[in-house]
Order: sequence, then structure tokens, then C-alpha cells
Amino acid sequence: MALRAVEHSQEAANGLKEKVLTLDSMNPCVRRVEYAVRGPIVQRALELEQELRQGVKKPFTEVIRANIGDAQAMGQIPITFPRQVLALCVHPDLLNSPDFPDDAKRRAERILQACGGHSLGAYSISAGVQMIREDVARYIERRDGGIPSDPNNIFLSTGASDAIVTVLKLLVTGEGRTRTGVLIPTPQYPLYSAALAEFNAVQVDYYLDEERAWALDVAELRRALRQARDHCRPRALCVINPGNPTGQVQTRACIEDVIRFAFEERLFLLADEVYQDNVYAEGSQFHSFKKVLTEMGPPYAARQELASFHSISKGFMGECGFRGGYVEVVNMDAAVKQQMQKLRSVRLCPPTPGQVLLDVAVSPPAPSDPSFARFQAERRAVLAELAAKAKLTEQVFNEAPGIRCNPVQGAMYSFPRMELPPRAVQRAQELGLAPDMFFCLRLLEETGICVVPGSGFGQREGTYHFRMTILPPMEKLRPLLEKLSQFHAKFTREYS
Amino acid sequence: MQRAAALVRRGCCPRTLGPWGRSQSSAAAEASAVLKVRPERSRRERILTLESMNPQVKAVEYAVRGPIVLKAGEIELELQRGIKKPFTEVIRANIGDAQAMGQQPITFLRQVMALCTYPNLLDSPSFPEDAKKRARRILQACGGNSLGSYSASQGVNCIREDVAAYITRRDGGVPADPDNIYLTTGASDGISTILKILVSGGGKSRTGVMIPIPQYPLYSAVISELDAIQVNYYLDEDNCWALNVNELRRAVQHAKEHCNPKVLCIINPGNPTGQVQSRKCIEDVIHFAWEEKLFLLADEVYQDNVYSPDCKFHSFKKVLYEMGPEYSSNVELASFHSTSKGYMGECGYRGGYMEVINLHPEIKGQLVKLLSVRLCPPVSGQAAMDIVVNPPVPGEESFEQFSREKESVLGNLAKKAKLTEDMFSQVPGIHCNPLMGAMYAFPRIFIPAKAVEAAQARKMAPDMFYCMKLLEETGICVVPGSGFGQREGTYHFRMTILPPVEKLKTVLQKVKDFHIKFLEEYA
Repeated sequence: MALRAVEHSQEAANGLKEKVLTLDSMNPCVRRVEYAVRGPIVQRALELEQELRQGVKKPFTEVIRANIGDAQAMGQIPITFPRQVLALCVHPDLLNSPDFPDDAKRRAERILQACGGHSLGAYSISAGVQMIREDVARYIERRDGGIPSDPNNIFLSTGASDAIVTVLKLLVTGEGRTRTGVLIPTPQYPLYSAALAEFNAVQVDYYLDEERAWALDVAELRRALRQARDHCRPRALCVINPGNPTGQVQTRACIEDVIRFAFEERLFLLADEVYQDNVYAEGSQFHSFKKVLTEMGPPYAARQELASFHSISKGFMGECGFRGGYVEVVNMDAAVKQQMQKLRSVRLCPPTPGQVLLDVAVSPPAPSDPSFARFQAERRAVLAELAAKAKLTEQVFNEAPGIRCNPVQGAMYSFPRMELPPRAVQRAQELGLAPDMFFCLRLLEETGICVVPGSGFGQREGTYHFRMTILPPMEKLRPLLEKLSQFHAKFTREYS
Repeated sequence: MQRAAALVRRGCCPRTLGPWGRSQSSAAAEASAVLKVRPERSRRERILTLESMNPQVKAVEYAVRGPIVLKAGEIELELQRGIKKPFTEVIRANIGDAQAMGQQPITFLRQVMALCTYPNLLDSPSFPEDAKKRARRILQACGGNSLGSYSASQGVNCIREDVAAYITRRDGGVPADPDNIYLTTGASDGISTILKILVSGGGKSRTGVMIPIPQYPLYSAVISELDAIQVNYYLDEDNCWALNVNELRRAVQHAKEHCNPKVLCIINPGNPTGQVQSRKCIEDVIHFAWEEKLFLLADEVYQDNVYSPDCKFHSFKKVLYEMGPEYSSNVELASFHSTSKGYMGECGYRGGYMEVINLHPEIKGQLVKLLSVRLCPPVSGQAAMDIVVNPPVPGEESFEQFSREKESVLGNLAKKAKLTEDMFSQVPGIHCNPLMGAMYAFPRIFIPAKAVEAAQARKMAPDMFYCMKLLEETGICVVPGSGFGQREGTYHFRMTILPPVEKLKTVLQKVKDFHIKFLEEYA
């Protein structure tokens, strides 16, 4: 074999052959993709953790990963009942075990009956186990005060991200000035910008109003849309409610305005509602887009196209690793729905364990069930702690001069605005870094605290933010918030 | 117009049409056109319609869950509603899902998974110590010691190390680097991701991807979605579906006229064909890829499904390495494996991995970046993969039972492969190549001219017509060869060998009876 190679290759004499797959030859759209939540700052955090493990001395003993909305990674305990049901499904021998409550066993049996070969190991149909789709539909009906939900409009997915990408994919078409434009909030969760970059669609930014607790202003939507029409064909509007990274919970009036706007301007609505169970602020309430849409009646209710997304990664369960979620499509063209079904079928099905946990999430123990009390107690404890941490975060950050934090009404993050002295901005520019990235890198190096710079989410020009999760354990949170504030003060002094 | 353009770009044989005389998308378009004409329903046109949606998505087809399977679903519903049929159940022999057809999961694997899912069980006397040990190791490597945390986007570190160790053992000591291992959401996810990164260029420089005919239609589906160019190379049916380098050469030469061929996909053992490539063939393919500067994708998900005693699985990685540094330092290769096949059949967990060889470091960085947008593959699937690559060893408590179960599953599959091959060889008008590996039979069927005409009158591919009739008359659901690709004028179907032995015998008998009747009807 080696002989044949030498006979044929001239380049062999020159050493390494040029590769087929290089930065220049790869998919240019993929090259443009960025995802700050796991971007450069997190890579640096990994390196630092490695160094700590190797015994390198640092001004801190651990890296605090406050960059990602992963509650269990930060010590949140999984809710017992869903894990019991899942364990019973995974290993049905346990149905004979005295260690599991009856209601968990009945649930597991019911789920297994609905699976191919009565096993989680079989592929489900591509839209998800039919019985679980039905349970999701019933959950939505209960949540929305009885407004009907059709199980055939529910597609289970590998986390909400999977379904969001699918819907965006369906929407992208055209070329040049007719290329699909998608309105996304600034600041946004950078899955949206990443997906749009990958699909070579046009990202159209609309700014949330920081002065008014990150409110969504239809006048701003109008401005963004008008400008966008010059260079693309805007066809979709994405709303994240409760917001990420901002945590704002939209008022009902605002949601109605958005729906009216989308209808008038012929925009397909995407409502990312994965934080619907994470609402903390007094006076804030989650209103699903589906419910508001339906209650608005004609012409909106039967005609406005909408896709709403939910996930098991957030809420009170925090089951990120299982990758469970769903999308409910409303008023979607029947033929397009078939196409969506077809597209989903290529990847066969979402992971069945995630489907099981979703099923438990949407049909929790009833008051008469043995597991009810414990389930509710665990749920309340998690949500109460999150609410307390949201409040504490807002409070401590607002005590720091030069840091201003809007109320954390919901979700799992603070997104405070910080002042950076001009000399620091200059230094950052010299280093080829966004100023808030420069700040966050220094913060990481000196305190071990890993947060994501605002530039990773988008922000108004000349403003600087960072996104920090509220998830570190309660006893660690105040010291961390204070440490960060102190670092900011020090940093400010250093560059004054 | 768009469809025609897509066909030309793909440079392949005319595609299968749908079962009811038209492609699904044009049927739906007709339907919505009818809707538009109705005067009393002045419906405001939707934003997202067949006309306005992504044309690449419209071009995607995936026969394994395509029109015939939809029809099977309808028939099942009818049966449930009590409608009388010539059969009492639909047999889903369309998809490689072993557990759906009654195969039992491996006990040890499910024990470890249960322990990881509900760690309270670590205190239970009902679980063996070796299972607990593995579960603890996995959990300790997870954030918050829980399967509920996101893992690193490349996968849990210690699992990647275990995968690398497995590969090294499998390949007789040829080293695997954990840094080259990426855990994925089933193998399909990895394949799709690699193809995505590879596709670039426009017009005549658009990336061409060489795929076998017949192929597993994930490849054509992803190529459609990415708007890449599909370049077909034909496997040699007369030679047990062998891969012939001359045919590769023909295909690539032809492709260069209208695209930039950059990628060569191999499925070994083959799907739908089940052929297990010889070592010599693999060497020839590697040399060809080296010569033509092609990125190699080796889909090896059936590596544990080899039945023929004359055949042996050789991993592309091992052969590449053993060919010496000119090849092993240069040829870019991605190899794929999965928890869905083998003896495990854990399809629903969506576990898989890919090993990448000789990728440019900057590309690896791009790969991780792309994967990070979706955060991570399901951690439960990663745990399943860990057990597959790190099974009980001699001396461990669970070894005996594990070995027994594994041998039983594989023995059963081998038996069913032989049974299927033997039965089909007895049917006049059916020719079935030996089932060397994988999980399918892909027999060639003779369809009389009259039947071909009848199919054409219904605007159906002849083998789709055949399969629809088979489904309607016997309840047996198989996938027509047109869904996988085949030489013009030949017809096939893909049937799994997965139903339990007794049921399989019945199924094969029914197919035989149907075929003979079909030949008579259209004589």
C-alpha cells in the first residue's frame, strides 16, 4: 500500500497535503455562527479549571459557571417523582420493587404501554409518543383556561432549541432582497442569531427598552420592520417571554399589541416560552401567546400563524441533559404541517427519556395521589429559592455604583448594565475585544466567576452588560454578587 | 420547475413519486389550490405555504418513514375502528427498530441507566455492584452529579475516553484519541453535522457528495436540505452488492462536470444491502479517496451485526492506520457508531458517536462551536453509549448474563438473516443477495410489464405500487427500493429481519404467496 502511495504522490515529498476541509473550504454560513453562552469565555473557564486541577495557584479555589441556565449543574436537586417514573420506564423490573410509590408505577406502565415494544428503546413516531402529545395538549388546555389544543399540532422535540430551528428552517426562502428576514429581540438568546446565520437568513433586530424594564414596544417593532423591508423580506417575529437574558415578563396588553402587529404585517410568530414557570415578580403573570391570540377572537384567532415552544430544561425541573421539549403550532397550513412532519422524520424521533420527563411535567401528581404532597413541596422549594435569588441579585447589583440591574421578573438571569471607563474601552479595543468581553475575561481571571458579556446577546451601541445566572447555591450567591461588584469597582478605579 | 431543477442538479435517476399518483407536495398543492378557488371562503392566504416555504425542505424525502408508512398508520387506525381487513395486524417491517419488534433490551445496560436516572437505587440490594460502579463513574463526571445537567457539547469527558478505549481495543491497539471523539444524538446527528460543515460553493463548484446506490436515505435527505449535489455510485448487485472502485471513478469523473465532489460516504455493513466490505475493498476505497482528495464518511452503525462466517468487520480507521503514514496522516475521515443497532437496539435513547481523523484543528474548533448551539446530546443516550463501549468483562458479576443475552440476540438475528435469505431464494421472481450483515433484506423483485403499466397509470413507481398492494392485502409494511435508489428498470423492497422468528416465517410465507399471486395477476 505504501508503495502505491509513493508512486502516485508528488505532494508526499513536500510533506503534509492540504486538507479537503479547511476554514476556506467549509460551509461559510457555519463559519459565521456564534454562540456566546458556550463561547470563548467559557473555553477560558475550562482552561482555568484544568489549571486549578493541576494545582496551579489562583486568586480563587473554584470557577463559578454562572454562564449557562443549567440549574442542576449548580446543585439544584431533581424533582423526585419524574425521576422515579423514568427509572421505572428504563428498567421495568422495578415495577415489582417496594421502593417506588404506586402512582409512579401506574404512570410508568401507562407510558410503556404507549411505546413500541413497550420499551423506551424503540423509536417513537417522529412527532413523539402519541399519548404524550395528548397529555401535552391537555396541559395546554388547563394552562390556558380551557382553550382547546389539538394533539396533532404538538411536536415533541430534542429540547426547545430543536423545534425552534425546525420552524425557522421552514420559513427561510428567497434570495438577495427577497431573502427571509426574521425579527429577533436585542438582547436575545443567541440560538436565534446562530440559526439565522446558519441558514443565511437575514437577522432583523428590534430593541427592548432597558429604561422600561426591557419592555417590548410596538413602535420599535415598526421601525425595525420598515428598515428591514429595504433589504429583505421579513416573514417572522420571535418573542422570548419570559425573556432571556432580560427576564422581563410581558404584559397582556403588550402581547395583544404584538399579535395585532404580526397580523397586520403578515409575520409568522414564534413564542419562546420555556421560562413560563419561572415568574417571580409581584404583579407579573405569564400569559401564553396562544391564549391571548385565541381570546382576541377574529380575525386573529383563526388566522394568525404561531409556534409556541416549551422545554423541560427550565421551570422547576431543570432537566437540561435529557433534552425534552415541544412546539405547538397554531393556524399552520396543513400541507406545511405535513412537510414539517416529513422533515422531523429524517431524524427519526426525539429521545424517549426526555419525552417521559415531559409527560410527567405536563401531568404532575393529582391531589389524591400519594406523591402529590412531596412533589408540590419540592416544586415550591425550588421556585421559592429561585425567586429569592432573583430578588437578592437585583438588590446587590443595584447597591453597586456603576451597575444598574433591572428587576429580574422571571427566567434565570440577571442582565445588569455596567459603566466602563473610557480608558477601559480603549484598552479593550487595542486588544481587539468587545469592552464587556474584556471586563468579563478579567473578572474570570481574577475571581473565577464566569459570566457572558452582553455583546454575546446584543445591546444598544455604547452600552455594556453581562448575563449572570441566578443559579449558584443560595449561600454562595451573595458573596459572589458582592465579589463581582467589588471587582467592578476595582476595575473602574484601575481604568479611571 | 423547482423540482426539475433539483433533479438536474442532483444528477440522479428520476425520483420516486408518491403512492397516490403524485408526490405528496404536489397533492397538497392541488388541495390548497382547490381551497383557494372556493368563492365563499375568501381565506386570507397564510404566510407559510407550500409555495412560500423553504424549497430545500420541500425537496427532502425520507422513505423509511414516508408515504407507505403513513398508509400503514391509516390502516392500523382502520383496524382499531373495527374495519375488516384480510389481516389482523400491520407488520412494521419498514424500520430498523429491534425493540419495537420484541427484542429485549440488555439487562445490564438498563440497570446502569436506572441507577444513573434515580441514584437512590445505588443503595438498593437489587442491583449488582458492577452496575453501580459504572453508574457512579458516569454520575461523577456529570455536572451536579446528575444526568439532568447539560454536558460539554462534545460529550461527557470520561465517556469519550471510554469510547476511545473501545475503539483502540476493537482495532487491535490502533490508538484513538478522546479529543477526536464527539458524542451525538444518534449517528444521524453526527452525519448531518459533518455534511453541513463540508457543503460550500455555488453553481459548478457546489460541493458534491458521493453516496452509494442503494443508500440509507438520511444521506439524500441531508443533501437535499443542504442544497448540495448528490453523486450516485452504484453497488454491484450481481456481486453481492460489492463496492467497485471503477464505479467510484466513473461517478467522480462524471460529477466533476457539474459540481465539486468533496465527500465520499460509505455504509459498512451496508444499509439496505447488508454487504460487509472486504478489507481489500476498504483499502481500495481509502486509496481512491486519497487520490481524489475526498473526505471520507464511514457509517459503521452495523459493525456488531455481521452474520456471515466468511465476513468480518474492518473499521475504516484501522485499515487507514495500517496503510501507513502517507494515508493515515492525510486522509480525512469521520466514522460513525450508534446505540440503535448491534445487539442493544436502543433506538429511542438517541445515542451515538463519531471519531474524526486528520481534521484541521480549526475545523474541530468550528465543529465544537456548531455543536454548542444545541448545547449537548441527550446525556441518557451518552450513558447508554458508555455501557456499549464499556460492557461487563470476564470476572465481573454481570458478565455471564450479559454475554448470554448478547449472544442470544446476535444468534437470533443471524438465524433470521439466513431464514430470510433462504425463503426468498425459493420464490420465483425474487432474487435476494446473501444477508451478510445489518438488519435488512433488499431482494430484487421481478415486476411484469403489465404491472409496470398499471403503476405508471397511477403515476407510481412500480415497486411502490407493489408494496402498496402488499400492504393492503397482507398488512406487511416494507419500503420500496425506489426509496433507497436502484438501477433504472430494477425493482426492490427493503424488509427488516426483526420480527420474532415465528412471525418472520409467517411474514416471509405471506410475501411469497403475495408475490406469486402478483405475478399471476399481471402475467
